[in-house]
Amino acid sequence: MTGFTGIAVLCFLVLYAPLVPLVVYSFNHGSSLAIWEGLSLRWYYSAWENELVQEATIRSLVLAISAAVISTAVATMAALGTTRTSPYKGLTLVYALINQPLMVPEIVTAVALLIVFAVIRAATDYHGMAYLILAHTAFCIPFAYLPIRARLEGMDLTLETAAADLYATPLKAFKRVTLPLLWPGILAGFMLAFVISLDDVVITELVKSAGQDTLPTYMLGQLRRVITPEVNAISTVLLAISVVVVTIFFFLNKEKR
Amino acid sequence: MGEAQTKAPGTGTGSQVQASAERARKARVRAHWLLNTPALIILLCAASGPLFVVIIYSFLTPGDYGGIEWAFSLDGWFSVFMQRDIFEGTLSVADAHMSILWRSVRLSLLTTLTAFVLGFPTAYFIATRPRETRNVWLFLITIPFWVNLLIRTFAIMELIRNKGVINTILMSTGIIEQPIQMLFTDFAIMVGMTYVYLPLMVLPIYASMEKFDFRLVEAGYDLYATRMKVLRRIILPLAKPGIVAGSILVFIPSLGAYVTPRILGGGKNMMLGNLIALQFGQGRNWPLGSALALTLLAMVMVALLIYVRGVAKQDSGRH
Amino acid sequence: MRGDTDFAVQVKGVTKVFGTGAQAFRAVDEVSIDIQQNEFLTLLGPSGCGKTTLLRMIAGFEHPTAGQILLDGAEISHLPPYQRPVNTVFQSYALFPHMTVAQNIAFGLEMLGKPAGEVRQTVDAMLTLVRMAELRDRRTDQISGGQQQRVALARALAPHPKVLLLDEPLSALDYKLRKDMQIELKRLQSETGITFVFVTHDQEEALTMSNRVAVMNQGKILQLGTPRDIYDHPAERFVADFIGDTNFLNAQVVNSAGGKVTLKLTAGEEVTADLPGGVAPPVAGDSVTAVVRWEHAKLTAQGAGQLSGTLANVVYVGTDTHYYVELSDGTTFVSRIQNSRDDELTFSEGMPVGVSIESNGVQVVRN
Repeated sequence: MTGFTGIAVLCFLVLYAPLVPLVVYSFNHGSSLAIWEGLSLRWYYSAWENELVQEATIRSLVLAISAAVISTAVATMAALGTTRTSPYKGLTLVYALINQPLMVPEIVTAVALLIVFAVIRAATDYHGMAYLILAHTAFCIPFAYLPIRARLEGMDLTLETAAADLYATPLKAFKRVTLPLLWPGILAGFMLAFVISLDDVVITELVKSAGQDTLPTYMLGQLRRVITPEVNAISTVLLAISVVVVTIFFFLNKEKR
Repeated sequence: MGEAQTKAPGTGTGSQVQASAERARKARVRAHWLLNTPALIILLCAASGPLFVVIIYSFLTPGDYGGIEWAFSLDGWFSVFMQRDIFEGTLSVADAHMSILWRSVRLSLLTTLTAFVLGFPTAYFIATRPRETRNVWLFLITIPFWVNLLIRTFAIMELIRNKGVINTILMSTGIIEQPIQMLFTDFAIMVGMTYVYLPLMVLPIYASMEKFDFRLVEAGYDLYATRMKVLRRIILPLAKPGIVAGSILVFIPSLGAYVTPRILGGGKNMMLGNLIALQFGQGRNWPLGSALALTLLAMVMVALLIYVRGVAKQDSGRH
Repeated sequence: MRGDTDFAVQVKGVTKVFGTGAQAFRAVDEVSIDIQQNEFLTLLGPSGCGKTTLLRMIAGFEHPTAGQILLDGAEISHLPPYQRPVNTVFQSYALFPHMTVAQNIAFGLEMLGKPAGEVRQTVDAMLTLVRMAELRDRRTDQISGGQQQRVALARALAPHPKVLLLDEPLSALDYKLRKDMQIELKRLQSETGITFVFVTHDQEEALTMSNRVAVMNQGKILQLGTPRDIYDHPAERFVADFIGDTNFLNAQVVNSAGGKVTLKLTAGEEVTADLPGGVAPPVAGDSVTAVVRWEHAKLTAQGAGQLSGTLANVVYVGTDTHYYVELSDGTTFVSRIQNSRDDELTFSEGMPVGVSIESNGVQVVRN
């Protein structure tokens, strides 16, 4: 089907072509996003020096790392609690709850959290990061859960039986056999959760307290003004991080086979 | 006598053993629940639970400066579909909301269709590559998907702005004199959503074709079938589950899109997601926003239900 | 009290039921067996006969629905697997993929809290025992199936268990390797002096390696005895059929005395036969089944021998030739004759022939 090949090539072009000017103009010396005025790292410096960008970057990282750590930890436990067992009462409900963030549109979850957190804010006068961390952890859980669960399901159950046969108590068998074998799945889950949290716009935008911009919400705010290649510079860095993390994820998954 | 004596302890221990096995099973189930608990608490607090609060809010009276008054009211739901003229007190259909709702559905359908036209041949292309290179092509499809949606939308915006790359090139080559207004149109939203959700169409279609033996296609040609016939009779039916899944995966996030229409549609060309967010600004109507959010949720659930029904039907049809 | 500790393992009236209600399945049905110290005992039977379930109950992976399991005279039914001084060689080997060969072998010793020096010594000794010393630092996915098998054995033997349980460990190996490993296993058993309980569905494996064989079917042990006993004196039709190649002949008892019976074969003459132990002697006139192994009969001229019929088929299989004789009552009787270089082919298909059964070649079995 030669026509199909043509469309496929077009599709790959469509996917990558728009990203090219985005990256290229981040190195533009001038402030235009269409007229090339020579190679320069000027906008990277400018972003680096920008206190708002610095704050937003640190906030994004703190948020993504906290959310990824917590969600991976609880997702690992939930994966152990939902696999390799004969079905028990309520298991379907557990699945439904874990997958819920994947089904409900983000904007709906965002306004729901906005309402609940507004009530809590009014009652406690607390305006810190906990709201964002809790919200991000929740929607990261299914992303952390899926690779861990997949890894667990692919694991040979007799390995743990063999460990028990060789005098390992359940706790020791978990530490010496289950956990090491599960590790690539946990790492993959962590990285997915990290990228998902780092990229989030909608929930962060509606849930954050005043002055709590993350990198994406900062950029969204900038789009209202005259755009300079500084935004391109930040985008390029974020893009690079995503590509690197996803590439590592890809190879982690590949090694498994 | 001797018989009875040896037998009695044997069966006694047996039932003891069985009772302890039952205890062990219950302990295992309890341990599983204990493992699930932390995740469930977080999800109940920050994902599922708040949805119930939204339901309550949709039936309350809007406060004067945003927020709500604790008084029951159907006005929130009422204003989703109807509006009251302030001066004459007459009722009419809420044109503004209806046009936004219609735009959301129309653009989501168009996005799904465009993504299918581009995505199906691409999935076919990947599925027909040699096994070793398939993963590389798949990887190339996945990468843009993991790049921040905001950045990808932003890339489209830079491309189609009046002072963007496309208009600059067209004007400098003299093809046009005035920049073509592409940004802040429905077209821009549709292009943007197609761009950001395209991988979601390709992946499930590919998955449905992956195990497919393409020698069947050759067999089809052998039997003097034309290309269109092979496509219609062999490939499309086989890929159907993937096409349905891909369409749902593109349609649902399009329907609830917020970032892409906000950037590419501007203030005028709102979609449902933007309308919802708008209601939660200062001095706005939270109950209406809640009702709109639930309307969106209901539409998504209907789409999912159609999907589940379709899959179930297909399965029962096969057996 | 009996001398209970003469036995490594005692299984007393053990039943295992899987599932409940209408779906309940009796995998093991009131089985009792005493396994002696230092013996190589094989549980032999078709798949689904309950042999693996019995093994898993001794290991502690399953718990009996009723009955007791004793190890060295002490009740262990309630103990989890990690508290039983019993180790298993799994059908899939179940080697830990994230550990080296040596780490796999050391695992059990480390879990028992043995000092590092002793662990190292034992691992070295085990590696030598199974001839794997050069591969000690390999990952387990970098060695062949036969080598994995040896590591699995070494790992299970390293803690010096009271009993070693082997769950069809040779089934994944090819024919040649399987033969070598049979001899290897026998050697390991006599060198270590550990009691081996071996599960297989392969009669040849059972007969070559074991001191005693327990033949199982449908959750019950049908016969327990030395390989010779089982082969020469099958107690039941199922045992005779499952092990070896066997002819079944209908017969009537003429008279019986002193463990011997005289039978009139429906398709032939009178013969004398052994009675299996524990069977009430039949009385004259009873209908019974007589079994004759393929190799215990040869062809003769028509009229000579105890049976007569027509030679229907001659099948040459290299070492032997199989002669298929259609008897006068319509049943088919097979005789297996070993080939030798100076054989002349005296019998051809379609010929009327006689069949001569060796003395002591006829057994009576329970139906």
